Amino acid sequence: MFGFWRETRLMMVRNLTRWARNPAWLMVGLFQPILYLLLFAPLLDSLHMPGVNQGNTLKSFTPGLLVMLAMNAGFAGMNILDDLHDGVIERLRVTPANRLALILGIVLCEVLIALLSSLLLILAAVPMGFRADWPGIALLFGLLVLVHTMMVSASYAVALAIKDSNALAAMASAITIPLLLLSGVLLPLTLAPASIRTIAHANPFYYVVDAARALASGEFGNPDVLRAFVIVGALAVLALLWATRRFRHAVA
Amino acid sequence: MNPIIETHQLKKEFRVRQSKERQPQIIEAVKGIDLVVRAGEIFGFLGPNGAGKTTTLRMLATLIPPSSGQASIAGHDLAREAKQIRSCIGYVSQAGGADVTATGRENLMLQAQLHGLSRRGAEQHTNALLDVLELEALADRLVKTYSGGQRRRLDLALGMVHRPRLLFLDEPTTGLDPHSRARLWDEVRRLRADGTTIFLTTHYLEEADALADRLGIMDDGLIVAEGTPESLKQQIAGDVITFGVKSNNGTRQKLEALFCQQPYVREVHPADNQIQLYVERGEENLPALLHLLDAAGLAVQRVALTRPSLDDVFLRKTGRSLREEHA
Repeated sequence: MFGFWRETRLMMVRNLTRWARNPAWLMVGLFQPILYLLLFAPLLDSLHMPGVNQGNTLKSFTPGLLVMLAMNAGFAGMNILDDLHDGVIERLRVTPANRLALILGIVLCEVLIALLSSLLLILAAVPMGFRADWPGIALLFGLLVLVHTMMVSASYAVALAIKDSNALAAMASAITIPLLLLSGVLLPLTLAPASIRTIAHANPFYYVVDAARALASGEFGNPDVLRAFVIVGALAVLALLWATRRFRHAVA
Repeated sequence: MNPIIETHQLKKEFRVRQSKERQPQIIEAVKGIDLVVRAGEIFGFLGPNGAGKTTTLRMLATLIPPSSGQASIAGHDLAREAKQIRSCIGYVSQAGGADVTATGRENLMLQAQLHGLSRRGAEQHTNALLDVLELEALADRLVKTYSGGQRRRLDLALGMVHRPRLLFLDEPTTGLDPHSRARLWDEVRRLRADGTTIFLTTHYLEEADALADRLGIMDDGLIVAEGTPESLKQQIAGDVITFGVKSNNGTRQKLEALFCQQPYVREVHPADNQIQLYVERGEENLPALLHLLDAAGLAVQRVALTRPSLDDVFLRKTGRSLREEHA
């Protein structure tokens, strides 16, 4: 067990170093969501729609942005493709290190950076008038760990299967945009026709968005919260096992 | 000597789908290999690209599972004890495997620690290796700034940082200049002197000849010949004489018939504008052969007398020349 966490940590440090060496990449990753906030939040003030909480639109929009950020994690697989083509993955695979530990280390590095970015977003929203239940936000970050783990792992699994970054980018956009629209992040699905709402129930992000908004208001007892944790937690484990399986067989 | 690798009918098939309409085709990349590599030797796989060398190496290095057959590596069964095998082996792929966005030292430290060395142990191994391979001055530079030869030395270091008993090298000197190649050969020989077994693939005749204690010549998924470079060349028996002559089909056939009648001529290989003979005691019999050509009224433009090379062995076994493959 000690060996497992050591290997995970070694891989995580290796990838964090790689991020730190690329300041442009890091800045975009960290500050892009803040840009969304700066560009969209002013629009919210003049928004008058049925189903939108007029009292504090920012309170509904900011947790949504956090979920939207998780969609970007669908592109994470691009990073592992460089390693695959340079033969780094093969080199890692001939060590006796645990395969799950190796992939978990890389995944957790991406998750850590995403959480940092989410934290910056929240901090930037406060001076703009965002008020939330802080214990709820803390729990929301726990949910975000699972969401990012799910997305990054799935993206790695697909990347290692198709081995082509252009194809991966096309696939990631093709999947994340419908997931985004059907999650209620941008516009509440209460506005949508019944058929769309039915489809949305198959989207894990639909539950995540509901849970995120509930947690930001401190509604710990809201059944949406538990439901999101269970659904996303299970999917995160499955995605991680899927990525490990692909990693186990990956050759350049 | 104890065998460190033993394989029995090791096979690898790939399913390849050429187009959407067609059924997937099964390609036999490796068609059943029986192989013994002894502890402490440099064993070379010589063959053209696509012969199945890399596929065999990847199977033995636990990267891809064989379709059938058995192999035992350092006393461990390939199918059941991959993890134990990984602790005994090092592997350097054609791509190398260094992370170009990290420094040489970081690469080595990570690899050593993933092989289970403590931080201190990894530091000791890394420093010793940087010293031996003369990479110290580059150790803290990003790998993407390395030259081709420096990069390949780091790749080699990554394969041996945990001091494996058996090291696999896939095309270790492809694309290197002659100086860097000679230097890498020295490193490989030094490793063998320290007791490491080395299994390498190459499509360079000179490399196989200069470096390998024993060779397997591979073509189209099979080992077509196996032995020391010397014993393989002795199988050719005799010397190689090449005459450059301008000839048409008719004279070529006449010449072939004429040469075949001579008791000291073993084999005749005619080609465009030249004819190649395998001859016993080449030096003694060359004047007589020149006399025959003269009597037949054919002007000889050039003559070469050579000892048989591994290329002649390859030509004999496969009917093709290795040199033509990448000419």
